[in-house]
Amino acid sequence: MNVIVCVRQTPDTESAIKIAADGRTINTDGLKYVLGPYDEYSHEAAVQLVEKNGGEVTAISFGPERVKETLRNCLAIGASRAVHIHDEDTSHDDALAIATALAAAIKPMSYDLIFTSNKGTDSDRGLVGAMLAERLGLPYVGLVSELELEDGGKALMCGRDVEGGQREKIKVTLPAVICAQKGLREPRYASLMNIMQAKKKPLETKTAAELGVDTAGAVKLEVEKMEYPPQRPPGRLVEGGSVDEKVKELVRLLKEEAKVL
Amino acid sequence: MGNGIWVIGEGKGELSRATCECLSEARRLAGEEKVSCLLLGSGVSSWAGQAGKFGADEVLVCDNAELGKYNLETWAHLVAAAVDSKKPDLVLVPATTHGSELAARVAARLGLGLASEVVSLSRGDDGQFRAVRPMFAGKVRVTVRFKENGTRMATVRPNVLTLAETNRSGAVSSLDFGKPEKTGADMVSVETRGEGSSVDLSEASIVVSGGRGLKGPENFHLVHTLAEVLGGAVGASRMVVDAGWKEHSCQVGQTGRVVTPDLYIAVGISGAIQHLVGMQNAGCIVAINNNPEAAIFKVADYGLVGDLFEVLPALTEELKRSRN
Amino acid sequence: MSQTMTEKPSGFCFELSEDHKMVQKMVRDFASEHLAPRAAHYDRTCEFPWENVKKMAELGLMGVTVPEELGGAGMDSLAYSIVIEEISRACAATGVITAVQNSLGEYPLMAFGTEEQKKKYLPLMARGEKIAAYALTEPGSGSDSASMQTRCELQGDHWVLNGQKNWITNSTGAEIFIVYATKDPDLKHKGICCFIVEKGWEGFTVGKHEETLGVRASGTCGLTFENCKVPRENLLGVEGEGFKIAMQALDTGRVGIAAQAVGIAQAALDNALRYSKERQQFKKAISEFQLVQEMLVQMAVEIDAARLMLYRAALKRDSGEKFTKEASMAKLYCSEVAMRAALNAVQVHGGYGYSKEYPVERLLRDAKVTQIYEGTSEIQKLVIARELLRD
Repeated sequence: MNVIVCVRQTPDTESAIKIAADGRTINTDGLKYVLGPYDEYSHEAAVQLVEKNGGEVTAISFGPERVKETLRNCLAIGASRAVHIHDEDTSHDDALAIATALAAAIKPMSYDLIFTSNKGTDSDRGLVGAMLAERLGLPYVGLVSELELEDGGKALMCGRDVEGGQREKIKVTLPAVICAQKGLREPRYASLMNIMQAKKKPLETKTAAELGVDTAGAVKLEVEKMEYPPQRPPGRLVEGGSVDEKVKELVRLLKEEAKVL
Repeated sequence: MGNGIWVIGEGKGELSRATCECLSEARRLAGEEKVSCLLLGSGVSSWAGQAGKFGADEVLVCDNAELGKYNLETWAHLVAAAVDSKKPDLVLVPATTHGSELAARVAARLGLGLASEVVSLSRGDDGQFRAVRPMFAGKVRVTVRFKENGTRMATVRPNVLTLAETNRSGAVSSLDFGKPEKTGADMVSVETRGEGSSVDLSEASIVVSGGRGLKGPENFHLVHTLAEVLGGAVGASRMVVDAGWKEHSCQVGQTGRVVTPDLYIAVGISGAIQHLVGMQNAGCIVAINNNPEAAIFKVADYGLVGDLFEVLPALTEELKRSRN
Repeated sequence: MSQTMTEKPSGFCFELSEDHKMVQKMVRDFASEHLAPRAAHYDRTCEFPWENVKKMAELGLMGVTVPEELGGAGMDSLAYSIVIEEISRACAATGVITAVQNSLGEYPLMAFGTEEQKKKYLPLMARGEKIAAYALTEPGSGSDSASMQTRCELQGDHWVLNGQKNWITNSTGAEIFIVYATKDPDLKHKGICCFIVEKGWEGFTVGKHEETLGVRASGTCGLTFENCKVPRENLLGVEGEGFKIAMQALDTGRVGIAAQAVGIAQAALDNALRYSKERQQFKKAISEFQLVQEMLVQMAVEIDAARLMLYRAALKRDSGEKFTKEASMAKLYCSEVAMRAALNAVQVHGGYGYSKEYPVERLLRDAKVTQIYEGTSEIQKLVIARELLRD
């Protein structure tokens, strides 16, 4: 079973995010980039499926040169090979543009399943998975938190939680695109042995032009400005001598001042 | 321009609140132009009145017994065909699990610009729509413009925009959507989750979250009891989820849910930045912590310094008393 | 080994290679998630941290520089330094356990072992299936190790060991002991032999656990040899070569202790930074007071210098050249920096720093030993002086 996992390189979630002088992008000085936190789960799900059923995992990512570092990290946590769609223009970081480029790169490959993840913790879009499925004409199941192969590996039973306290079970025939929810599989660390082995695994680079994709033309949105969210005014500590007094005062404030009860 | 604004509705038994929020926003943006609500499913015609109440001039329905079970590909096929034939200026979709994947497929199929997880929309003097959406889990927000004319799409984050009622009745028109496609995915079952609070985290108007201060999973019942008295949902910090005390679906924060309830109560949560970005847009934040220097107090409207094992039972009792 | 990790940089290069960065990130993430939360527990109970060791073994951390074909990761000393630093930043006791395994257990075998000895012992150690200890120090000989009293005598096809060892790290967990003994104390360093001794052999007993100030979970015990029979094939190197093995292992070991010290110092700075930004006095964060900033700055500058010295010693070792001076300089400076950083971190925390509620008091206790073991600061100075005055 061959599994493709589409990953995104994102700034470490502990990074301080500062707006750049152009007022439209972030200041990337000193930012540390990592494999997206959600992608760790989808990557692990892909690797475990292959470990159990044979085949290989291909990690694929779109973006500038630095993305190679993240792909090499994928090679150290179980991917057999990696494909980098190289594009230095950060204004092409657009869901439809990425999905279009990924679809063009994936189409000629041999695969049974494609994983994507919830969203980039930077872009907060969560669109690429479904868009990729559409571009490849494949079924898609989003935010999957449980999966099981069925029908001798020809289908996948997916479980997911949706709004309204509902749990859905969706059976999908392969090939399909699956977006993994956080927690689907516990990600592994790159062992020292695997870091050494990763150096021997292939990492292929392609450009959008080589794939016959007009990335710029696929970008439909433009950022006009970037701002910090409004600051919350400082709050205050609830006064009172005993716990009971504090609690009574809190309930009074919530009712009379904040009017939320 | 002049082709009106569409809202792709969803619901269960009735229109969802998130759909009503989209309709209210569409009404505000449309001015004198037409707002249409598109409904797909079995028995959805009965929601038309509600759609009118929140601003729809017309309700386009595809009410078909064959559409009893949600199927993304079928839905995307039907919605894309309808959008393509009528070319509305703007299509709003609730940014729920179903709405988000549906909007993405439709946008990809038709090659349309889609702004996702939008928290505010505007229309400039030039008639252009602009959308504001958070990035980096809300550490910054961007205003985006659509580069092309024609239909633009946006998914709207629930619980952010305000509801506004009108006196419209929601006249029903039927639209020929064509035949549903056969697809590779099949909804096998939909069950109501049993465990924990039945109120969903991202839709809840009150959320009570617990953190490391609870010292162990065996003490989480204190949070559940308080949430129950308030009719709210239960959340958790990342540390608690990573330690296996609560399931991932409860996690509030950068790699969990972003919540915007009217009232958020953080219990024994120190307030790491990854947690703060998931709840700092709540209407009112209450923090209960024994460390007066915890970062959570910097964002809290009301802070209560104390031992949560004393404060929580007392607060639960006081709320019970004041409710009676 | 080194060639597989890094291209030789032209001129000075202050940037880690991508592979070294990957190692750093992995160990840092692992240590903060799995080691740090239990560090206080192990410090309190003095239990040998088996749970840590098991997980670290899976990641290859128990055999960083052992070749791949012998069960290790086949990485270089720079990677090894990064591993020990990051582990020690979370849990200094686990740091020294790992350092002893890698540099005092595995290194002597890699450098002096026969093919049979390597094949028999290295995979077990590299995979973390067996923990190693290094028995040089005695009740009466610390810095002056050539004056050791533990005797070895060849009797037919085996050696017989008699004597006592003291302060032996890893003893409660170890199953393989690198033991030094002398044929005749009058021969001084020329009489010393090195042996591989297994736990459970007749005449060899591990004493009670020693209560220590810091690195309390490192399994430190005394050892007793009473007519302990060691097969001839378990002599490591040749007869009388023991002192050379001990000193070379200590050169490597000192790089490990320097790394441990940098990790402790970094943890001290991490804690001081976090606390000083949180703690409010006179209505502002104490990090805004310049006298507090002075302490933070001193820590940051010294840690930076210490880390560069550590990396330099590791790179020198990987180059194959003699690195005695660089290792001693790094060990001396890094351990002094760790001690000053820990003291400053406690000071920044004020009364809370003196309490068990915050981890900085543990860092202070852990830091102290880095100035003592594997050669005290004073011994390092003698080594450096000797190297300086050699020509």
